[in-house]
Amino acid sequence: MTESIDYWSLVYVFVLATFIGLGVIRRVSRLLYTPLMSITNAISAIAVVGSIIVTGGDYPTGIRIMGAIALFASMTNIVSGFLITDRMLKMFKTDRTPKADDRS
Amino acid sequence: MSHAIVQLSYLVATALFIFALHWMNAPVTARKGVYAGVAAMVIAILATWAQPEVVHHGWIVVAIIAGFAVGIPLSMVPLTAVPQRTALSHSFGGLAAGLVGTAKYYLWVYEGPEHLTTFRMVAIIVEIILGYLTFTGSLMAAGKLQEVKWIPQRPVTYPLQNLINIGLLALAAVIGVALTLNPTATWAPMLFPVVIVLALAFGVLLIIPIGGADMPTVIAILNSYAGLSAVAMGFVLDNKLLITAGALDGASGLILAIIMCKAMNRSFVNVLFGAFGQAQQAKTGGEEKVYKVETIEGGAQVLEQANLVVIVPGYGMAVAQAQHKVRELYDQLRKRGVSVKFAIHPVAGRMPGHMNVLLAEANIPYTDLVEMDEINPEMPQCDVALVVGANDVVNPAARSDKTSPIYGMPIIDADKARTVFAIKRSKNPGFAGIDNELYFSDRTWMLFGDAKNVVGELVKQLSGSTH
Repeated sequence: MTESIDYWSLVYVFVLATFIGLGVIRRVSRLLYTPLMSITNAISAIAVVGSIIVTGGDYPTGIRIMGAIALFASMTNIVSGFLITDRMLKMFKTDRTPKADDRS
Repeated sequence: MSHAIVQLSYLVATALFIFALHWMNAPVTARKGVYAGVAAMVIAILATWAQPEVVHHGWIVVAIIAGFAVGIPLSMVPLTAVPQRTALSHSFGGLAAGLVGTAKYYLWVYEGPEHLTTFRMVAIIVEIILGYLTFTGSLMAAGKLQEVKWIPQRPVTYPLQNLINIGLLALAAVIGVALTLNPTATWAPMLFPVVIVLALAFGVLLIIPIGGADMPTVIAILNSYAGLSAVAMGFVLDNKLLITAGALDGASGLILAIIMCKAMNRSFVNVLFGAFGQAQQAKTGGEEKVYKVETIEGGAQVLEQANLVVIVPGYGMAVAQAQHKVRELYDQLRKRGVSVKFAIHPVAGRMPGHMNVLLAEANIPYTDLVEMDEINPEMPQCDVALVVGANDVVNPAARSDKTSPIYGMPIIDADKARTVFAIKRSKNPGFAGIDNELYFSDRTWMLFGDAKNVVGELVKQLSGSTH
């Protein structure tokens, strides 16, 4: 199994994804750099995928503990990252509605 | 769930992540981006969880619940605290990558040396070095931003600092190479933790010499590292979703860091190893300079008669929590037919885009938030530039004074306005410790005091004069 992994295709994926990332991010509105950072925080918490496999696999306890901590850390980033991004984005308005003034 | 379905789910998740970032190109579509991101994440988690190799579910459930329990309160912090929340989440991301890398290494040592191929060893070493240095580095950054007592705010420097830092990293790399060449040696599992400790130490030492004004760049760099450590994890686990999502994050951090560096006219290397903020000596010599002070009444009168007022906010506005008072001022002036715009410098605040979020929170329409490059041509037509808690980003020394540490940094041309009002808490120099000649210009009048109080007084004056 170990020898069957095509490492070069992984490197290709990385390079191409980086170019897509550069292209997409360059067009992000400058107004939204703070929400951009929080949403990419949440996206990079995709480490959750690796954490689930390590936590849930039939492995020695010590290894699964490390996985569980990693899973907790990633999950925290996913939850807080997406929630705070949405919270910030809700605040960006073109004109103000009188109702929204109450919050401040 | 079969292999094909898992791969297909990952592919869909990847596409959704790209759309999520694509929709961030305008405030109107940005919330759609969040939904796409959430959908992608749910798909990825479910597809992974359903794999046959995941046999124990109890801990997964507990860890996910704990993640919600901590994540929800973390998402409700005040917006002034968003930079430290962001830094904290980078540190969580780094920790997760470091731990998974460590777990995988020991698992493979335990399962049999044939798993530890050279490629995997390189990926594991990169993952743990990046992961653990991001963990402690971001924790330090979060501590500095939160102004935790035992973490010094000012840059800390000592002799041979850069040499020691680079030496530590080089040592970690050398041990990493040794481990890669001899992954099955009996000493290898013993030496592995040394790399971890070195990476943890390097993270702390890297951030200690960095001051608050450089935080926007540093946060962006750490953002990039957190993404790259996820990429390395993808190489370790042979998982393309990790690689693509991590690469998107890495690219984002990189672009933001480049923009921040450009906005300060400095290089990456200079930000990380330059120990800014130490250069305040000299330069104050010569004749005693005198501030001209304006009263609230006088200030209000001038503002009222202006056609165009440009407000230049800085971190001081956030510290004083003055953004809501600023919005009241905006309302009062608009009521009188004065156009009001906000000039946003890319590095104003403590993270990229910080000012925009604070002003949006105060209900100021984002259409009135104008980038530096767009507002500068308008500055000569501007009647009043009102500087609220900004300092270095309006310092004309950046244009003219070659000896200034900020020379060459693009600034907002507040000094070109017909009148400048600068609100300042005290007569001390700004964060970078540099004198600001804008305050001594013929056109500048100072309004000393806490930003929130001064703006509040201006509002009171203006609203009083209508009745």
